[in-house]
Amino acid sequence: MRSEAGFGLRAAAWGVVLFMHVPMAMIVLYAFSAEDKSYVFPPPALTTQWFGVAWGRDDVWAAIELSFSVAVWSTAIALLLGTLAAAALARAKFFGRDVISLLLILPIALPGIVTGIALRSAYHTLEIPFSFWTIVIGHATFCVVVVFNNAVARLRRLSPNLIEASMDLGADGFQTVRYVVLPQLGSALLAGALLAFALSFDEVIVTTFTAGQQTTLPIWMLQELIRPRQRPVTNVVAVVIVALTFIPIVLAYTLTRSDEPAHR
Amino acid sequence: MTALALPVPPPATLRRRASDLLYTRRGLLLMALLAPPLLWFGVIYLGSLFALLANAFFRLDDFTGQVVREVGFGNFVALLEAANLDAARRSVAMAIAVTLACTGLALPLAYYMARHARGTQKALLYIAVMLPLWSSYLVRLYAWKLLLAKEGAISWVAERLHATWVLDAVLSVPLIGGPSLSFSTLGTFIVFVYMWLPFMVLPVMAAIERIPASTLEASADLGARPARTLRHVILPLALPGIAAGSIFTFSLTLGDYIIPQVIGDSTLFIGQVVYRQQGVAGNLPFAAAFSLVPIVVIGIYLWLAKRQGAFDAL
Repeated sequence: MRSEAGFGLRAAAWGVVLFMHVPMAMIVLYAFSAEDKSYVFPPPALTTQWFGVAWGRDDVWAAIELSFSVAVWSTAIALLLGTLAAAALARAKFFGRDVISLLLILPIALPGIVTGIALRSAYHTLEIPFSFWTIVIGHATFCVVVVFNNAVARLRRLSPNLIEASMDLGADGFQTVRYVVLPQLGSALLAGALLAFALSFDEVIVTTFTAGQQTTLPIWMLQELIRPRQRPVTNVVAVVIVALTFIPIVLAYTLTRSDEPAHR
Repeated sequence: MTALALPVPPPATLRRRASDLLYTRRGLLLMALLAPPLLWFGVIYLGSLFALLANAFFRLDDFTGQVVREVGFGNFVALLEAANLDAARRSVAMAIAVTLACTGLALPLAYYMARHARGTQKALLYIAVMLPLWSSYLVRLYAWKLLLAKEGAISWVAERLHATWVLDAVLSVPLIGGPSLSFSTLGTFIVFVYMWLPFMVLPVMAAIERIPASTLEASADLGARPARTLRHVILPLALPGIAAGSIFTFSLTLGDYIIPQVIGDSTLFIGQVVYRQQGVAGNLPFAAAFSLVPIVVIGIYLWLAKRQGAFDAL
């Protein structure tokens, strides 16, 4: 195998990266655009005034706050349920095991609209009013699989010898979990939690069915997209979110990389 | 050397006894671990799906606008109307096209990331794939509205390259064309591919990383050219990753109702029909019945993907 990539492969790979990022560049550019009525390219003039306007918008702050708390709760529930399921399914073989793993994947494998309308049917049938918690229930359900996948992959790599060694040295099961299994699992859980958080923070399809009058950040964006009031404000909010999420991704990546040395 | 000393058995505290019980009775441990997730998924998720299924057999009273809880098959007969069949067919065709395009685009990038990129470059590429996943779906959709608009960036570039006629020719093709890219099925397709591409790149990259370098060297040593190695060694071994990624690209396309609403012509996809029926028309029973169509399609797809080992590569 040649260690140097051919020109064709390199060009194709970077071309795809470009395809994935040109739209993001557009958003950054248009956040500074002085034109707020049409999509004309290139923008006629550049300005920073929209950043100040966006900062003063209470509806934006409220939406960010709601999305943040929904994502925190959904991630917490998903971490608990996903880790437990992973611990049960990582090595054990029993009847119905495949059915359970399929059940966990289903909320994300089925289109969001199915999960959304199913939850809506259930709330409607049981006459449960929409609230903060109806959103969290939906989000947590499809976040579990992300944590589960990360945890189960790490648990399968974890050598059973370590657990036996811990037990042979006199630790009980709880101590083994606390001092041997969890430290090994930590970065996988962190990666899973970050993904679950992102999934929840960005979710709009299930949320439109389970939110009632509540406005999460994606629902706020959707409203702006359908009935725009100030398009540049949306652009500014988007740029800020992209900038803010960049830090946790880099963090998560370096964290999960540093504890898998020479494993490639 | 003295004789081996047997360790003193630990005192039988409550905690130790609980630990021993869980260690010796594996069934008990499994039950304790599985109870919370099973309760959540069994009651909330399956319960909701059951409510959905039940609603599909109910009907809407035309006069009161209330759901009548009587079992009937009226909704399923209505599914067979030409307009609904059309929406279903169009959605499945789009999902297949998007999955194929994502596979084609993901392979070179995933291969480059897994086999050639090193150190900082690899880290940067990984972040470049993750970043779109993290940023708002709606913002990225809006970005395409900017790019595809008649006065937007793509038209501008085409004009600068004196290639406006190419763009016009593509837009005049029936079925995929339209007045501008942002009101054409081609535009819908481009945005779908862009949106779900990272979901394909990551599992394919993981699958390619797992191929031992010696396998590729063996293929080359046995005289295979790169194209042949790709076809007979890399592709078959990357297939579980492709299958895993395709679950996302296929299912996300099939259920999305926002992208075709913002970018595309006025023809409807499954998601839009479902959303309008439950929202504007308030006809939850018909929406429920129609949403069973993607469930059946994806059920078949998952079954096929499972046979390719997709779940091991997720």
